[in-house]
Amino acid sequence: MKEILEIKNLHAKAEGKIILKGIDLKIKPGEIHAIMGPNGSGKSTLLNVLLGHPKYESIKGSISLSGKNILKLSPDERSLLGLFGTFQHPIEIPGLNFGTFLRTAKNIHSKAKNQPRLNPTEFIKSTKKYLDLLKLDQHFLSRELNKNFSGGEKKKAEILQMALLEPRIALLDEIDSGLDVDALKAVAKSIKFIAKKSNIGIVLITHYQRLLNYITPDFVHIISDGKIIKSGKKDLALKIEKEGYNSYIK
Amino acid sequence: MAVPKNTKRLISNTFQNYKFGFKTTVKNVFSEPKGVLTPSIVTSISKRKNEPKWMLDFRLKALEIFNKKPLPTWGGDLTKIDFKNLHYYIKAQSKTQTSWNNVNPQIKEAFETLGIPEAEKKFLRGVSAQFESEVVYESVQEVLSKKGVIFMSTDEALKQHPQLLKEYFGKIIPVNDNKFAALNSAVWSGGTFIYIPKGVHVDLPLQAYFRMNAKNMGQFERTLIIADENSSVHYIEGCTAPSYSSNSLHSAVVEIIAKKGSKVTYTTLQDWAHNIYNLVTKRSFVYENAQMVWVDCNMGSKLTMKYPAIFLLGEHARGEIHSLAFAGKNQHQDSGGKIIHGAKNTSSIITSKSISKNGGRATYRGLLQVNKGASGVKSKVSCDALILDNISRSDTYPTMKIEEDDLELAHEATVSKIGEDQLFYLTSRGISETEASSMIVNGFAEPVTKHLPMEYAVELNRLLEMEMTGSVG
Repeated sequence: MKEILEIKNLHAKAEGKIILKGIDLKIKPGEIHAIMGPNGSGKSTLLNVLLGHPKYESIKGSISLSGKNILKLSPDERSLLGLFGTFQHPIEIPGLNFGTFLRTAKNIHSKAKNQPRLNPTEFIKSTKKYLDLLKLDQHFLSRELNKNFSGGEKKKAEILQMALLEPRIALLDEIDSGLDVDALKAVAKSIKFIAKKSNIGIVLITHYQRLLNYITPDFVHIISDGKIIKSGKKDLALKIEKEGYNSYIK
Repeated sequence: MAVPKNTKRLISNTFQNYKFGFKTTVKNVFSEPKGVLTPSIVTSISKRKNEPKWMLDFRLKALEIFNKKPLPTWGGDLTKIDFKNLHYYIKAQSKTQTSWNNVNPQIKEAFETLGIPEAEKKFLRGVSAQFESEVVYESVQEVLSKKGVIFMSTDEALKQHPQLLKEYFGKIIPVNDNKFAALNSAVWSGGTFIYIPKGVHVDLPLQAYFRMNAKNMGQFERTLIIADENSSVHYIEGCTAPSYSSNSLHSAVVEIIAKKGSKVTYTTLQDWAHNIYNLVTKRSFVYENAQMVWVDCNMGSKLTMKYPAIFLLGEHARGEIHSLAFAGKNQHQDSGGKIIHGAKNTSSIITSKSISKNGGRATYRGLLQVNKGASGVKSKVSCDALILDNISRSDTYPTMKIEEDDLELAHEATVSKIGEDQLFYLTSRGISETEASSMIVNGFAEPVTKHLPMEYAVELNRLLEMEMTGSVG
């Protein structure tokens, strides 16, 4: 079976407003795509529709993962098929221990993949290398999920989840926002390492070119008013930086 | 609480709804007939217990007060309690046993199903088990008895330590305090008496287990805890009962004295069947440098009205009330706490968390009082309500009486629903919606459950999960 995320002519609306107006995209494991576009172009909507947020409704087109239509599936079912997304502003869950949450999610995925459950000790062991990679302390796992996390910690926590859940395709929404240069370097290095190790197809959703200096994309797509208006290679991103989006937006 | 795995399975297979609802068939030794509570019933209870005259007089006076006082019109609906249709006293076993082997086999089985002997072996220093009106089993580890710790039924304490009872019994909660304290004072039976000598620290909890088995039962235990100077103790009570279509009444009185430098933690895991009125008066006097902590978890009952109180009477005394209430279908949890700052530089914390679901109603009712002259008080009150659907209800009635300017006071209250974005976040990680809801609810309850010993926190989280997955109610 082909492991591929295939989006065809996707139209979607949120709160009565049509935002996506025909998206076509194919992403394979191991590839790195960047989706760039100005504010309000539909970048975050695309992420939410793909992950199955109940507020967003697809009205036309299809999304398939490994040949399976996922439009009717719940977010947890999509996750177990290998779709993952990081959020620009991950929501706080007070009182929920980050480590407990992570181990629970990991074991649900392991079960779906017929892999053995991790006991707390094994879990700590398998998490350790990623904590080191992301320059996070062990103690980080005993905090409440996303609560009082700094901007950088929030993004790192998202990447840590990606590392453990080993998805087929991961959509990373503005993963560089709120990061200082050191944090950005650590995050970018981790993304590349994890993507390579687990052969993950990465979609970087970003407003700015900056992130792409640290992670070189194989493909760059420009989104505007709910449509992909141009696709190209890395040089497209550099052109955008120089000339701005305006030259591509009619 | 603390139920072994195989029994848990057995119970959940047998009872779809309330998991502690099994009934025990037992031939009672004696039962007061159902009917209007009369002086002759009160006298009969006292005579059976061979009580001193002062206690009989106390009971009869309490009965008069009970009859005179009107039913409270605030809080929950009390008009459906049928006082004429209750057994005020039932004795199911001839005497208290100190060895499990000697406990009536049927009663023993009930407590074994509830996991009591197992918990005793694993993480307790003493256990008391009350079935209907009397304590049927009690045991305290020798290491404690040697240090002078007293842990026995209040009936037994009246025989063995009459001077302590005379000094403290009914002194923290006077007989005329409220209608249900008066009722308890008239017909009290069982409950726990604890005395911790000066400087003695009880490292593991002492637990009492209360079981009501009969239909139309009234259980009126009476608990008195005295922590002498610089001592410490953690007492845990658990309550369950079979489910019946007619109502029962549980009305306890709990009095606590925390002397200079002592620490008393009192934890309640209330999971009564949903036909039980749970109307309880709990109060503690806390002296210089002493600390009182109430951890009050109310999962069961039809209506609970309970507001554990702390009187901070000595300088630098500290008080904490952490309460958790779950109100499901046909349940009203009217709970909270009262803290009275009566001395300088005293501090207090009230944390209240309520969850309502399936039309349940959760009410927070709290009092924070700072008396004139009690300067340097610090207090933090937070009450949060989580409402899980559109048919459930939450109310908050915080009262503050502040007669002193020199104080630090923080108060916050929130009402929330489970956020769609929180659910989406967790489900997008592969967690089912049901499990994600449980995780959010458990997280919400965590500021209270973190005060429970680990074994009980695990059990309570599991109970919350059961409530959430809909296998209950």
